[in-house]
Formats: sequence, structure tokens, C-alpha cells
Amino acid sequence: MSRVSVRTLERRTFLKYTFGTGALILGTHVDGWASDADKAAFHPSVYLGIESNGDVIVVAHRSEMGTGARSTLPMVVADFLEADWKRVRVEQAIGDEKYGSQNTDGSCSIRDFVDAMKAAGVTARLMLEQAAARQWGVPAAECAARNHEVAHAKSGRKAGFGELAPLAAKLTAPDKSALRFKPASEYRYINKNVPAAHQQDTINGKGLFGYDASMPGMLIASVEHSPVYGGKLASFDAAEAMKVAGVRAVIAIDRFKEPHNFQALGGVAVLADHTWAAMQGRRKLSVVWDAGVHASYDSDRYREQLIETAKKPGKVVAARGDVEAGLAGAAKTHEAIYTTPLLAHAPMEPPAAVAEFKDGKVVCHAATQNPQAVQETVAAAVGIDKKDVTCHVTLLGGGFGRKSKPDYVAEAAILSKKTGRPVKVVWTREDDVRHDFHHSTAAMYLRAGLDASGRPAAWLQRSVFPSINTTFGDTSGYGMEVEMGMGWNDLPYNIPNHRAENGQALHHLRIGWLRAVANVYHAFAIHSFVDELAHLAGKDPVEYSLGLLGPGRKIEVKPVGMKYWNHDQDQEKYPLDTARLRRVIETVAARSGWGRRAKGNGHGWGFAAHRSFLTYVAIATEVQVEGRAVRIPNMHICVDAGQTFHEDRVHSQMEGACVFGTSLAMLSEISVKEGKVVQSNFHNYRVARLTEAPAKVHVHLIRSDAPPAGIGEPGVPPVAPSIANAIFAATGQRIRDLPLRKGLA
Amino acid sequence: MQLKVNGTNRAFDGDPEMPLLWYLRDLLDLKGTKYSCGLGLCGSCTVHVEGKAVRSCQTRMGSLAGKSVVTIEALNGQHAVQKAWMEASVPQCGYCQSGQIMQAVALLKEKPKPTDQDIDAAMQGIICRCGTYQRIRTAIKAAAGVKA
Ligand code: FES
Ligand code: FES
Repeated sequence: MSRVSVRTLERRTFLKYTFGTGALILGTHVDGWASDADKAAFHPSVYLGIESNGDVIVVAHRSEMGTGARSTLPMVVADFLEADWKRVRVEQAIGDEKYGSQNTDGSCSIRDFVDAMKAAGVTARLMLEQAAARQWGVPAAECAARNHEVAHAKSGRKAGFGELAPLAAKLTAPDKSALRFKPASEYRYINKNVPAAHQQDTINGKGLFGYDASMPGMLIASVEHSPVYGGKLASFDAAEAMKVAGVRAVIAIDRFKEPHNFQALGGVAVLADHTWAAMQGRRKLSVVWDAGVHASYDSDRYREQLIETAKKPGKVVAARGDVEAGLAGAAKTHEAIYTTPLLAHAPMEPPAAVAEFKDGKVVCHAATQNPQAVQETVAAAVGIDKKDVTCHVTLLGGGFGRKSKPDYVAEAAILSKKTGRPVKVVWTREDDVRHDFHHSTAAMYLRAGLDASGRPAAWLQRSVFPSINTTFGDTSGYGMEVEMGMGWNDLPYNIPNHRAENGQALHHLRIGWLRAVANVYHAFAIHSFVDELAHLAGKDPVEYSLGLLGPGRKIEVKPVGMKYWNHDQDQEKYPLDTARLRRVIETVAARSGWGRRAKGNGHGWGFAAHRSFLTYVAIATEVQVEGRAVRIPNMHICVDAGQTFHEDRVHSQMEGACVFGTSLAMLSEISVKEGKVVQSNFHNYRVARLTEAPAKVHVHLIRSDAPPAGIGEPGVPPVAPSIANAIFAATGQRIRDLPLRKGLA
Repeated sequence: MQLKVNGTNRAFDGDPEMPLLWYLRDLLDLKGTKYSCGLGLCGSCTVHVEGKAVRSCQTRMGSLAGKSVVTIEALNGQHAVQKAWMEASVPQCGYCQSGQIMQAVALLKEKPKPTDQDIDAAMQGIICRCGTYQRIRTAIKAAAGVKA
């Protein structure tokens, strides 16, 4: 049975310990194969070892937070190696730049690394076949690997991978031009829905998460942070906290220095023998803060400012034709303003990590999406070289972008350095909700000039939000290329006069990225607006959207003042293809029975389609509205993500995205008064429960030969507009602000 | 005081206010029971006391004298509910799943053939941020042998 293990090791001994002597170890360098390879000076490599006892070990370098990435990539290796998955052990990689990017983020694990995994498998397979051929004195072409052994059909000879591994280890790896990849029809594990390696463990209660990590002799720490972002510690009194049985120390952590990046916030830590004592001690702390410049931040007032900014001209980020002339000549104009609130990631496992600082080095175990960022952040926090930081990656109890930011790991390392003992930092839910790197709040203004048929001849769109870049020191107030490329400067509609703009906004707490990022608010505004225009024109929204898209074609996106982000992929390989967008729309309409559905009287269907993370998604949602209560009996989601490698995990990500999207559409909101986050836990920061989630999610997967795109995030953006549009169909009420529950009469 | 955890007798003489959750996790090293909210809002910490599902973060050690506590570890992966969970590939990240499973096991003990309403009532206290609810419902019905 394959399993995942995590071990505490010094970086340099990792490889030696992982693989026995005599093992065939491949450092398959894949420059130019993995599309991620040329991003910086990394040389993505995957470590695959075959022990002389036949065990195959694959080092998974991406984090497992629920997508199955930790298993799917090794399964690809096993498939192309012709290994028996039952004899494959998945080892979680420590943070190390030699693996290429480990930032499990941006829905790109498959997209960026599947070619490298295929190459690793095929390379090792060829070497094993060659070793067998030499041993038997026959041509290599007559030897074939299958199910963990190599066979020579003519003579009936067979040898296991373990027996051949030491021989193969002495051979030179074949040139990549010699690699041939088997067709999909011969896959044994890919898309065969083999359970992810961590599935059984988490069902048995044996999965080890960051919260569960331990080191001998560790203290547990709970950290009080300034309630207002950036506040300074004026004074604190630890006397009462120290009286709690089990509390060992109360220690201040320095405030971060601008720009914030991933640094620890700073605060006062209570360290204890066990978690309960640390939490109790923290309640007894008295701390005085100097709140600083953000103390007057009020999210309601701020929202009004965003709206005011959105009404005025901003920086042009995309333009075509003459919008003013188009508006002036229109038979009718329509405008609308949409807003979305701050959000917290709220993974079920709050941030947690254990670290030990010893002899100028740090070893840590962390629930992290980005172990290399842990290395950098921890190194800077305790004044050592990042090569001296060993980061072991545990399972993650959800991530959604929060755990790409390793401030909590830095806290653990700082406290370990100060106490001389290993320290585990555990965030409470309250810490998590209040001191998150929050998802940005936004306001969008849209205006269209319509011709006599109700079709837009001119379209103006303005978006205003505090950018993620503010966390990294950007004070321009504008969104960055990445955010503009997320459903804003790439409008796929065939409109002759079009302009997209972006207004300025500054931050008052730390802004981070959350699953689907800027697509969340951009998709809500654009696809709600399209629905409004369809109803104004008296047309069916699906028909109207297809009309706006026009005939299927590849659009070259040419923004103004920046390049089109396109997830760092060139538009040749990953074009914006309206034919694919049309196809997911047509499929979701057909499969959901769209158009044949009765509506009104509190019952209705809504629709939205959006391309993000290079993936095309369309959603049709059914709602039943009674007063303020909204039930979602059915949600149909059709996805075209190009090639996929684990269809069941694609389905589960889409099912999950529909629930995540329902949470942010209907329920979730972070608000701020006097600089302090109002919400604290699941009673006031609401996420969808079983009865609030769609009762049934129907996933329709388009099987495609197109290059693999992304799965983890693109299901989310169309959910909110599809629900808002369904509520309109059901009740005639147009709600333009998230969460929608607040707008229900 | 004395209590039983997964069939083993245990003595406890610490703070009676300590929640069972932290006793299990930190003192007995039974890490299968998870923290997520600490306020009885999410159900990640669900265990059985005297056969009934309770939130261990809300259960004070002082209330457990002579009581029997069962955690996910005691099911050993052999329970019909766990097998159904495996069959339906329910977990995504897996963090909430011990709580989900402990709640589902208690539900089926009380209602061997639960209706959708029974499932709603029993399971809505357990949050899954990954959104595995649909498969949870499927797995419960499969374990109970009722029509999906
Ligand atoms: S941790 Fe006990 S209910 Fe959430
Ligand atoms: S599986 Fe991740 S929270 Fe439920």
C-alpha cells in the first residue's frame, strides 16, 4: 500500500536516508520541459528512486491540501515507469529550490510538472529495460517493463525492478529526445481514480497535519497579535498568565517592518506545556497596543469610497473602439455597481507549525503550501541562510492560499531561538479570522450602451480594490498585472467599443490571495451584468451570452500598459478560445435542462461562465427562495481543463468549488470597525454547512487533448453570479452586493 | 478521577476545566480528534461519550468521571462507515473527516436507516470547508444500505 511519510531530517541527509544504497536514483533535469522551468534559475527535477528490494519511491514536491496533487503526480510517474502502484511509496519533499516551484498555488501542479513526471517515469523505465537487455544479452527493444518487472517475451525471462535497479543505476540516462510516451489508452493509473495516498489515513484519523506535528521537548505557543493591523506593542503584563499551570514563558515578538511580505505580525506569545495551558494563559494576558494609522479603518465607509472611485475614470487596462461614441449613440444605456467584501480563507485547520532553532539552523514541520517561502521567511526572521532551514511539509487541513504565507512558521522559529526549545505555534480560529491575509474587497462599475436589439455597442467597466501587492510594499494603489489578468482585461465578448479601467485603493490590513483570487469579484460583476442585459433585452441569458461571445475563435488578448498575464503561459499554447467557452456553456445548458425549466414564484435558474486558470467553466444553478432562505437543490458545472490526470479528483474539486463559491456568494463577510475585524469564529464568519451547500452538484467533464490547465480554483468564480442570477430569475430581485443573504428582503 | 478512553482505563488529576479535546490530543497523543473552532461550532472535534456524539472542545474533563470515551482511533479503519467513506473517496484535505465519521457512526447507531432529514439534522453541525458534503451523504446512505 502506498503511503506518505514525513520524517525529521537535516536537509543534506534527506536523500541518503530516503533511498538505500544501491538504489537507482534519478535526478531528472527537465529544463525546458516543465513550463515552470524558465521562470527563474531553478532546475525542476523530480527524485525517483528504486530500491534493490523493488520499492519505488517518488518524492512529491507539491503540498497536499485536498486536491490530490501529492498523489496524482507520483501516479503519473508510476504509470510511465510501468510500476505497481502498491509498491510505490510517496515521500513528501522538504523545501528545496532544486524541485522547481513548490508553491502549491495557482492551480498549476499538473500544468507545470506533469511533463517532468512523465519524463522521469519513462527515463527510469528505459534504463531498467536496458539493464535487463544487458543481463540477458538481448536487444533492449525486445525487453518491456510491465507491472514492476521487465520481461523478454522471446525467451520468457523476467526480472523484477529491484533486481535490475543496481544495474540500471550504472547506466547513462537516455537523452530526452529518445523518450517515447505511451498513449492514454494504455494508462493504468492515470484517470483510473486510484485513491489519493492520504485518503485512508485521514479516514482512520492517522493523517498528520501541521496542528499534529511535534518535536521532542517542544513548547506550545499561542500568540496575541495587535487587533489593528500594524499596531505596536506598548506594554504587557504577564503575571496572571504565568500563574496558569503549565505556562512556561511569555515572550514578545517584534513587529514586522514594512513592506510586510510574509513576516510575522509581531505580538505576545504565551508558551506552555500543552495547548490548553497556552490558550488559557493567553486569556490572562493584559496587553496595551498603540493602534497606529489603521485604527480609523471602517469597512462600510471604505466600501463607499471604493464605489466613489469606481464611478470616476481610472487607469485604462484594456481598450477597443470608441466607448464614448458608442454610449452616446446607444438606444439605451444601463449601468450597475457591484461590491464584494473582504473574506477570510478559514481552512478547517488554522495555521500551525513547529520549529527548532539549534546551532544556527532551523528544522521545522509546517502545514505550508510553500516550503521554499518558509525557508526564506524563517531565515530572514532568525538571521540565518535559507539553506540552513529545513522545512518538512505536513498534510494541510485546507489551504486556499492562506498557507502560502508562512508568517506563523516564522513565529515558531523566532520563539524557538528565544527559548532554546522546539516551539509549536498554533493559531486559534479567532486568530485565523482576524489576522488572515484577507481576500480583497472590491467595487465594480459597469455601463453599457445598447443597440435596438439590446446588444451592447459599447461597454465600460471599472474595478477598484486594494491590491495584493500592497502587502509587498506597492503604494501605487493600482492592481497588478496578475489581478487585471483575472477576468478583467480579458473580456471575451465581441463588443466593438470596449474599455476596462482600474481605480486606486490602498490597504488597511494585509491583503492576500484566496482561491480564484481577483476572478471572484470580477466574475461576479461581469456575469451579473450580462444577465441584467439579457433580461433587459428580453432574451434568454444563455442565448444572450452565446451571442456576445460570437462565433468560436481564438482571441489574442492585448491589454493596455501591461502584458496579458495568462498565467505566465503564452497565448499560442493556451489561447483564449471562445469555442471552448461556448462548448461548456452549451453542455451545461443541455445537461441541466436549461430553458425547459419553469421559473418564478421563488424558483429559478441562473447561469454564468468564466475562463480562469486557463480552464473553461460554466455553471447553471437552481434556487428555491422563501423569504430570506435560499436553498440550492441543484448546481450543474461543466469544466474543460484540457487534459486531466485524475478524473475523480477533478470531480471532487468541482464539487468543492461549488460549496466554496456558495459560501462566499451567500454567507461570508469580513467587516472592520475602528480598525478591528468584527468577526471571530464560525458563528459570525459563516461558511456553508451541509444544509446550506448545493444539495446536488452535477459535474460534467469535457475530455480534451488540449494542454492541461488548472483544476483547484476555476470552479469558484462562476458560482456567485450564477446564484445571484438564479435569485433574480426566482424573485425579480437583483442583488449586486455579496454576500447575497444581506440583500434578501 | 477515572475514565475510559478507547477501552483503556485512565486516571486524570489535572484541571477539571480542561476540554477533553486537549486531553486527548496533548496528553494522550491521540491526534485524530481535531481542533478547528474551540466553540462547539464546527464539529471537527467530535468523539463519543457513552456512545453519543459530543464536541470534545466543549466537554470538560471534570464531567467525565467514570465515563467511556471513544475516538476515531478506536474504529481502526474497519467500521462500515469508514469503508463507505473510502469507497466514495470522501476526503479532500481530510481534516474535518474524523469529526464527520464520528458523527455519522453515532447517527447510524441511533437511526440505522436515516432519511435525508435525519442526515441533515445530524451532520449540519460539522463543517467541511473543502465541500465534501455531497459525498458524505452518499457514504452515509451506502453504509446504511439505503437508496441514494
Ligand atoms: S473544535 Fe469543537 S466544535 Fe469546533
Ligand atoms: S475535507 Fe477538508 S475540511 Fe473537510
